[in-house]
Amino acid sequence: MTASGASTGLLRRDRGAGWLGGVAAGLARRFGVDVSLVRLAFVVAAAAGGVGLAAYGLGWLLMPAGDSGPVRRRLPTGRGAVEVALGTGLLLLAALLTFRELGIWFSDAIVWPVVLIASGGALIWRQSTEGTAGPGPAEPPAPSSALPGDARSAGEVAAVESRRAALAVSRTGLGIALVIAAGVVFLYAAGALSAARDVALAVIAVVVVLGVIFAPWVVRLVRSLTRERAERIRSQERAEVAAHLHDSVLQTLAMVQRRAGDPSEVAQLARRQERELRAWLAGRPAPGQAARLAPALEAAAAEVEESHGVPVEVVVVGDRELDARHEAVVAAAREAMTNAAKFGGGSPVDVYAESSGARTQVFVRDRGVGFDPDAIPDDRRGVRESIVGRMERHGGQARITSEPGAGTEVEILLEERG
Amino acid sequence: MTAPRVLIVDDHELFRAGVRSELEAHLEISGEAGGVDEAVAAIAADRPDVVLLDVHMPDGGGVEVIRRTAALTVSPPCFLALSVSDAAEDVIAVVRAGARGYVTKSISGEELADAVRRVHGGDAVFSPRLAGFVLDAFAGPAPQPESELDALTAREREVLQHIARGYMYKEIALRLDISPKTVEAHVSSVLRKLQLSSRHELSRWAAERGLEL
Repeated sequence: MTASGASTGLLRRDRGAGWLGGVAAGLARRFGVDVSLVRLAFVVAAAAGGVGLAAYGLGWLLMPAGDSGPVRRRLPTGRGAVEVALGTGLLLLAALLTFRELGIWFSDAIVWPVVLIASGGALIWRQSTEGTAGPGPAEPPAPSSALPGDARSAGEVAAVESRRAALAVSRTGLGIALVIAAGVVFLYAAGALSAARDVALAVIAVVVVLGVIFAPWVVRLVRSLTRERAERIRSQERAEVAAHLHDSVLQTLAMVQRRAGDPSEVAQLARRQERELRAWLAGRPAPGQAARLAPALEAAAAEVEESHGVPVEVVVVGDRELDARHEAVVAAAREAMTNAAKFGGGSPVDVYAESSGARTQVFVRDRGVGFDPDAIPDDRRGVRESIVGRMERHGGQARITSEPGAGTEVEILLEERG
Repeated sequence: MTAPRVLIVDDHELFRAGVRSELEAHLEISGEAGGVDEAVAAIAADRPDVVLLDVHMPDGGGVEVIRRTAALTVSPPCFLALSVSDAAEDVIAVVRAGARGYVTKSISGEELADAVRRVHGGDAVFSPRLAGFVLDAFAGPAPQPESELDALTAREREVLQHIARGYMYKEIALRLDISPKTVEAHVSSVLRKLQLSSRHELSRWAAERGLEL
């Protein structure tokens, strides 16, 4: 009856299924026993001399948290931590009182210190383990009512984050205060408070003296460490930039020098390098397989530019995911760019795409000689089939406007269905 | 109108020389400057009509030149931004600082001379790329519906779309059946909105370039 096969090999606390720390639930999961039996064993062991309590505490400290399946958090961070601390204290108190009744007893003086130290310790431990166990539930209930719950309704994630951090600190502080109080109570009960005060004074004096002496060194050390770290990051960045420039720009420059005799090829090399560098500077992935409209159009333009040696300027307003229909838009636009590059007489090709909401429009324009669209011979299937036909098959439209002498513009339109 | 005197500001000497040789046939070049300090000094000394301004330079770039010139003189020259930069925030920042237009460095010499003359004549000059940036920035509902600065009119949008599609102002006038003067008026109105609107996108872009507004 193993609950989840994947995690049975490891001994982990199961906070999701547990009552307290998930120790019993974790053991039950690991060994495939019913969790009630394990809990009963702990309770019996606790009643018989406290071994169970110690074992449970040890288990809590030593077993890493690991939750099973869908996490059903019985103990959210926040108030949970305080409740756990309170519960620990009360349990311990109950145990100590039981011992007292049974006659196993040292002195009344240790009752409160032990209870306090256990509560405070539980609070600190829980806080520190919760902090490292990943983000807790986004619920920062305040132990002190001074913090109203309106930060959550404001929806300010940052505020919630900082509040959670503040709560964590205040809870840790509460834990520390409890532990210190335990120490003070113990010393008071033992009558050693005045001696302790002398010791504390001496310690404080020594700390202050050492602090004054060593503070400059410490500050300098911290500063130089910070500076060194910044320096290291900078030099790493520089190395990365250098590597990139070496692979791209320097290579291209070397090729330009070798092909200096062929102006059109040099221009093409320069254009390609410019595109690549721009994409890199803008932090975009290099034009290639792109799952969005804008990069896909830019990649298509780069291809046309390279294979025909005509500059293609792309301006895109808005962007969207590429689905099959918008892939058709890109393919049709690529065909239009190819046509413009071939028949535009070498003039630059302007591509303008606008995608907003349910509507995507692409314009491809050249300033070539133009032609009469009605006079396209049927055998020149490029325009008819690849642009108009393709768009119609995908429920869009394509329109070609051209006047002899004023260039040609292809307009591609696709609207969301339904 | 006499030919405008032009100051070329760019930190690349080769590029300045190239622009100078291309423009000299059409316009009078008052000088060159290779940095922000030099540019501010040259503007004060030579009093050019139009400053061709590189967006990217050490010590603050074009934005800094415009800002310091504005503090220095009551009748600053017209600024035309000229850049290879693709980034919307750079371009928007320099236009919001006061440049009357933006053209990319791939522009031909003749087109550049034309752009300088139009800026000198009080018009705004938008390249297809700038038109795209502006359409992007003004996409979506206006944050303050009562402010006409925060939204483009349908006509302005239409004109910008045509610029982005690569049409010249004259061609746009023909296509929309309005006069070229009206096209100019629409573009100038867009420039005004670009400089004065408090739209979040514009402010954010400007803030990223350290421009306080």
